[in-house]
Amino acid sequence: MPALPLNEAFPPSQTPPGSIRNFCIIAHIDHGKSTLADRMLGITGVVEARNMRAQYLDRMDIERERGITIKSQAVRLPWRSGLDGKPYILNMIDTPGHVDFTYEVSRSLAACEGAVLLVDAAQGIEAQTLANLYLAMENNLTIIPVLNKIDLPAAQPDKYADELARLIGCDPSDCLRVSGKTGMGVEELLDQIVLQIPAPQGDADAPARAMIFDSVYDTYRGVVTYVRVIDGHLSGRDQIMMFSTGVRHEMLEVGVISPEPIAGKGLGVGEVGYLITGVKDVRQSRVGDTVTNAVRPATVALGGYKDPRPMVFSGLYPMDGADYTQLREALDKLQLNDAALVYEPETSAALGFGFRCGFLGLLHLEIVRERLEREAGLDLISTAPNVVYRVIMEDGKEIRVTNPSEFPTGKIGQVFEPVVRATILAPSEFIGTIMELCQQRRGSLMGMDYLSEDRIEIRYSLPLAEIVFDFFDNLKSRTRGYASLDYEPTGEEDGDLVKVDILLQGEAVDAFSAIVHKDKAYAYGVMMTQKLRELIPRQQFEVPIQAAIGSRVIARESIRAIRKDVLAKCYGGDISRKRKLLEKQKEGKKRMKMVGRVEVPQEAFIAALSTDADVKEKSKK
Amino acid sequence: MMPGELPVGEPVPSDGSLPEGVSAGKRPFALYIHIPFCARRCGYCDFNTYTIAELGGDDSIEKQYVDALIKEIILARSIVGDQQVTTIFFGGGTPTLLSSSEISRILDAVQLQFRLTDDVEITTEANPDSVTAESLGELRAAGINRISFGVQSTTPHVLQTLDRTHNPAQVPIVVHAARDAGFTHVSVDLIYGTPGETIVEWEESVRSLLTLPIDHISAYSLIVEDGTKLGAQVRRGLLAMPDEDLNADKYIVADDLFTAAGFAWYEVSNWAKPGGACKHNEMYWKNNDWWGLGAGAHSHIDGVRWWNKKLPAAYIKELQDGTSPALAREILTVEERSFEELMLGIRTREGLPLSLVSHSAAEAALADGNLDTEQYQIGRVVLTRSGRLIADALLRAFSDV
Repeated sequence: MPALPLNEAFPPSQTPPGSIRNFCIIAHIDHGKSTLADRMLGITGVVEARNMRAQYLDRMDIERERGITIKSQAVRLPWRSGLDGKPYILNMIDTPGHVDFTYEVSRSLAACEGAVLLVDAAQGIEAQTLANLYLAMENNLTIIPVLNKIDLPAAQPDKYADELARLIGCDPSDCLRVSGKTGMGVEELLDQIVLQIPAPQGDADAPARAMIFDSVYDTYRGVVTYVRVIDGHLSGRDQIMMFSTGVRHEMLEVGVISPEPIAGKGLGVGEVGYLITGVKDVRQSRVGDTVTNAVRPATVALGGYKDPRPMVFSGLYPMDGADYTQLREALDKLQLNDAALVYEPETSAALGFGFRCGFLGLLHLEIVRERLEREAGLDLISTAPNVVYRVIMEDGKEIRVTNPSEFPTGKIGQVFEPVVRATILAPSEFIGTIMELCQQRRGSLMGMDYLSEDRIEIRYSLPLAEIVFDFFDNLKSRTRGYASLDYEPTGEEDGDLVKVDILLQGEAVDAFSAIVHKDKAYAYGVMMTQKLRELIPRQQFEVPIQAAIGSRVIARESIRAIRKDVLAKCYGGDISRKRKLLEKQKEGKKRMKMVGRVEVPQEAFIAALSTDADVKEKSKK
Repeated sequence: MMPGELPVGEPVPSDGSLPEGVSAGKRPFALYIHIPFCARRCGYCDFNTYTIAELGGDDSIEKQYVDALIKEIILARSIVGDQQVTTIFFGGGTPTLLSSSEISRILDAVQLQFRLTDDVEITTEANPDSVTAESLGELRAAGINRISFGVQSTTPHVLQTLDRTHNPAQVPIVVHAARDAGFTHVSVDLIYGTPGETIVEWEESVRSLLTLPIDHISAYSLIVEDGTKLGAQVRRGLLAMPDEDLNADKYIVADDLFTAAGFAWYEVSNWAKPGGACKHNEMYWKNNDWWGLGAGAHSHIDGVRWWNKKLPAAYIKELQDGTSPALAREILTVEERSFEELMLGIRTREGLPLSLVSHSAAEAALADGNLDTEQYQIGRVVLTRSGRLIADALLRAFSDV
């Protein structure tokens, strides 16, 4: 079926809900979602072939490079069904594909009636895809299973059709087979979207209610808010109101993306588009919030709104203390586009002035850090990530700990730590090693299922703290890269946790303190003291390195005093050269961080705070 | 002796004149005379020295070089004026590759231009295989009264690694010959830390030298310099980098033996019997004035340091053209001068006044056992042996005022 000429398509705000289909694509990184989306843009004619570029919808450089999509977008695709010959509007809502952005995914899903479950026919389903699939099923979305890359020689469509059928309870023959690369099967997929996915339903006469499923800061336009209209109508002349805050905004522009923004008159029931109100900060236009008409507001918000809650914390410090102000400005700027990022100033005796930052998860942390380094040109040290602990003292006082150095020293009653439900998918040959890893990380097995003869899904309850500490790297290396991981927070549990301090010459170094399980305190202490012994250069005196819980030393190393540091000769011709050498050494000394009398090079901090995997990663670059 | 790498500095006027306000005569004055010739290049050496073959195989260059030296002596006289010379030091290279008559010619020129003190110390460096009883007599007759032999080691495989040409058996012979020729001051240089040298071998080298009639010893730990054959061998893994912990042990062994034999340390790498200290080197460490004559030689007058062009041919040409052979100079700031004072003084037995160093750093060094307690009580910073071994680290702390 050829593309629908635009003049025959329904104009925005005048689309009968019965002709609208809202869908998203659930897929793992590199399973070909962007290629399929590109192909859909081409086949429906919204992007002419000559304007096409790879991964058209992925706006940020960082996304394109990593092959992942952080921010979702919605594209309006006019399509004449090959089955009934009628014109339709398909709204393709892109979803973020990573574990850290589960909430954003859930909001994107809530904007749809159906989902295309896209799976690489050579690889099968991955854990994150499965997690998102479950999320879609919970939201009662119609699932269309699709095997992609069937043109690949390594494709095993029959095998993975069985796997998908088992997962969603359909017949293997219901799985569509496409190639985003060649376009094979894509038209049929579009027709099936029209056929299988229900049209949106809503009350066109009710007060307007639209759900925000994404919010992006644009330097020129301010915040661009993506919404799905549930009830009523939003028009360009309206004054709107955000439900969670009650704040009113003048609407400056309303429109649809196809795939470039097209300003229009408004949006009706079931339609998907964008609003611009002139706000400058995405926190004023939060994902999940309900937009209504300020003059005739709805009385009840759409359900499901949650404040973003940081799960992982890390201290970010400029390598050069003079860059502190620049770091603050960069964080302020980044926050305009990232409602989940929180930070507050923090001082470390070892690292100087920086910020304690809260993130949704590890990927979020990595992305923020990378954007700060890339966009603001900063060199940063990040401390080992940690989770949030709730400490109840014996006297009943409660303390929230986002930084190990805040861990109280008095009589502690209980310590609660966040727990997640982790889902791991892997070839079944790795069951043993995966279980071993999860047991080591204080996991408890919740269940295990075979997805197919040789692929399993293992579910564990694990402390989040165990996952933020190189769990994924370990899992990958144990399974030769075949395992995939997803996790979602399930609450908190009482844990037998202690703070391990690392002392140099009797002085605790705040940046190296960690909260760990009692059984692992010794291992952590030994690992850190040994690492530091290697990393800190010998000083003029012996430097004891101790790991301690409170006043009890659990591990000890020492750096022997340097015995010889003197140039042999200093005669007439040596003097200038030697003076310059010593001046240079003194400059180097200024860049050292002093812990008591101990000079610690910045590199030692960085190396001690990185996991081995990080170091390997960095050295590859 | 001078290192191969020259510092970066500002240009020197072609007449070699000193900046305004700078003049000699405020402090004692010395001459250093560089002889950049060697029979062969040693693998560890990065000094400004050349074999005749490297200089094009023409041995008339020696005479031209001495002619140039004499021109520079005249230039020096015109710039610093009528100064009394307290010490003269012939370094190299191998000064004793020059014939005694050429050395006489240089010394005669010095005496023509400058007054010498009555007790002037005139030293030459020498290789044990570059002198004979006869040549030693001639050197003594020419006015040289102190001689310093580059012995380095008495262990054959160590000498081989260092590319030293002499046979260790020659050492006692030439030392006695020097005494017989009338040298009352005889010094030997030693090097420890050569790859492959054991602590026992080092101790043997030290012991065998202590049986000789000498009054001065310099003992240096080997520095592996970039751009030398040894540096390349270490970089390629053919030789091990000297182990500084082992070198510290070797220093301690030597210091014990020297002390027991009546030699007292007076600088980190130098020991002498009473009256045997090298006055010329003390001129450097006291930041006095000296004029360095010859290719690549460094000079210091009243807070100005300069250095000559390195290549003998370039050096000779400048003087033939009647211009200063100086390549560049630096005019020290007040801060640099005081830093140098610390840098040089800290290495000496005399030490420094306590008021010149960071008080907290000095307290810490005292507590760590790196400063002499008695000296500290009378307001002086004098290093103990453990302090001498980390003198550079202490200097960095002390100058952190």
